Amino acid sequence: MSFIHDTWFIFRRQVRLVLRNPAFLTIGLLQPILYLVLFGPLLANLPAGSLSGGTGTGGTADAYRFFVPGLLIQLALFGSTFVGFAIISDWRSGVIERYRVTPVSRVAILAGRVLRDVAMLIIQSIVLIVAGLAFGLRAPLPAVLMGFVYIVLVAIGLASVSYAVALTLKSEDAFAPLINSIIVPLVLLSGIMLPLNLGPGWLQGIARISPFRYIIDAMREAYAGHYFNTIVVEGLAVAVGLAAVLMWLGSRVFVRENA
Amino acid sequence: MAIIEAKGLTRTFKSRKRTVQAVRGVDLTVDDGEIVGFLGPNGAGKTTTLRMLTTLLRPTSGTAVVAGADLLRDPLAVRKRIGYVPQAIGQTQGGTSDMCLVIEELLDQAEAYRIDGAEAVRRAAQLVKQLDLTGLDQRLVKTLSGGQRRRLEIALGLVHQPPLVFLDEPTTGLDPQSRSNMWEHIRALRADLGTTVFLTTHYLDEADALCDRVFIVDHGVIAATGTPDELKRQVSGDVVTLRVNGATEAARALLAMQPIVRELSVADEELRLTVERGEEALPVLLRVLDGAGITMSAISLSRPTLDDVFLTLTGRSLRDDSPGGGDAVGAAAELAGAGAGTGSKE
Repeated sequence: MSFIHDTWFIFRRQVRLVLRNPAFLTIGLLQPILYLVLFGPLLANLPAGSLSGGTGTGGTADAYRFFVPGLLIQLALFGSTFVGFAIISDWRSGVIERYRVTPVSRVAILAGRVLRDVAMLIIQSIVLIVAGLAFGLRAPLPAVLMGFVYIVLVAIGLASVSYAVALTLKSEDAFAPLINSIIVPLVLLSGIMLPLNLGPGWLQGIARISPFRYIIDAMREAYAGHYFNTIVVEGLAVAVGLAAVLMWLGSRVFVRENA
Repeated sequence: MAIIEAKGLTRTFKSRKRTVQAVRGVDLTVDDGEIVGFLGPNGAGKTTTLRMLTTLLRPTSGTAVVAGADLLRDPLAVRKRIGYVPQAIGQTQGGTSDMCLVIEELLDQAEAYRIDGAEAVRRAAQLVKQLDLTGLDQRLVKTLSGGQRRRLEIALGLVHQPPLVFLDEPTTGLDPQSRSNMWEHIRALRADLGTTVFLTTHYLDEADALCDRVFIVDHGVIAATGTPDELKRQVSGDVVTLRVNGATEAARALLAMQPIVRELSVADEELRLTVERGEEALPVLLRVLDGAGITMSAISLSRPTLDDVFLTLTGRSLRDDSPGGGDAVGAAAELAGAGAGTGSKE
């Protein structure tokens, strides 16, 4: 199928460009590793049960089972929403336009890039999980693998829409503040650092609008060894739905005749 | 045979504040093997028309058959058969990536057209030679000079050996030497491969030196079409200026009787004659004066330029970027800018 061939072609070109300047792979990892090292130990000293609404055993393992899924989602959130920057310079160099005049599928121009971002995110996540293990994270392997399904879905959707928004705005100066003003509240309302059930009722109410909140809750359930319950399924449904809607929005921008 | 046949192409850009008609109705035919030029000031609608013909922009109305495929019904077939080299100056650059090697760009472009392995390598090597890029294949694109980079961009447009190639401002921003070198390459394209070349330019000398036919574009319509010579002839004819020893009045009376002389005036002992075809008129004038025993001290022939054509057709100069005559040009450029801006928001 030509779409798959074209996506693979764009993916390889993009990977080659990243490997020529691998610094960016490391820079993206720096922030979650810092949180892991400098913030994680604080959680380990909280009283038992305070992170999981009463059921947890407390201590280091419990703290990292709570914190690492949050950091993985944070990595996916920030990493994927900022990928759009790169396409602005690609647009400016005329590369996007050059490919739009070739027979390469216009959706593949997007999909190949998103695939590259997902591949990068998986590598970064593995590094983060290994670092977490070193700090005392203990989680079952199926849970870790399930976690990847969630973050890949999040990354696919967010990267697609990030590219589309960036290509529509065509300006870094407009793109950065827009992304920041959307993503920071969503992150705060997702309970990445601390559980939302520590907060007052109104905050918990507003937090229901953040789709990432459901996804993180589901990941934490999995890390705690619960693979089949309402929270897990709800999280998966939100992740799949979000990815589908955002991918559709993103590909519309790439297909339209007059980008 | 026509390789481009466009009828009534228009493109309107809408924004909240206003509607801009960047292209108001372009009809054009380009024959197989021609080098044609779209000549006009910035904002005349050149690039917008080119972007419609290359499937980058959907026409608001109108139809076109490009390289044998219908532009609206089968844009993919059009894309397979045309080469496109974007403008290198302005909002966007010419389509190469700083961090790629020259050879990677060539091979990637081949793969985009599904040309695989050995054949891609062979074509890349051939284009490297053809466009004077020998020895540069392992260099990063960002280390190339302006002229080298532009030649690479042209090479990318040719990897799939298209019968028709669109060059948007191929020499803008190049130094004079690189420009004439580029002209040689463009001429060779047609001479060696029979490629039809459709280029836009705002350089008069470029259109004059390179193009079999020129479309003069202004305010979104084609104001005139013809060979550069035909267009110039429409204007006023050629001007012969001559100076005779002494007998100015006699020479004037004699020359005024010649049927080839359309107009005649004398200023500062200098005779100024307008003739239809300067190169044919000169020997005749020489013979007439010689026969009457009048000797000349100086003679010169000046032909109208495409700038004169543009001036006659539109009442302003192509080169005039300054205020005054440039008012209309400025407004057109501004409108095109607004168009580009809104296009991106749709």
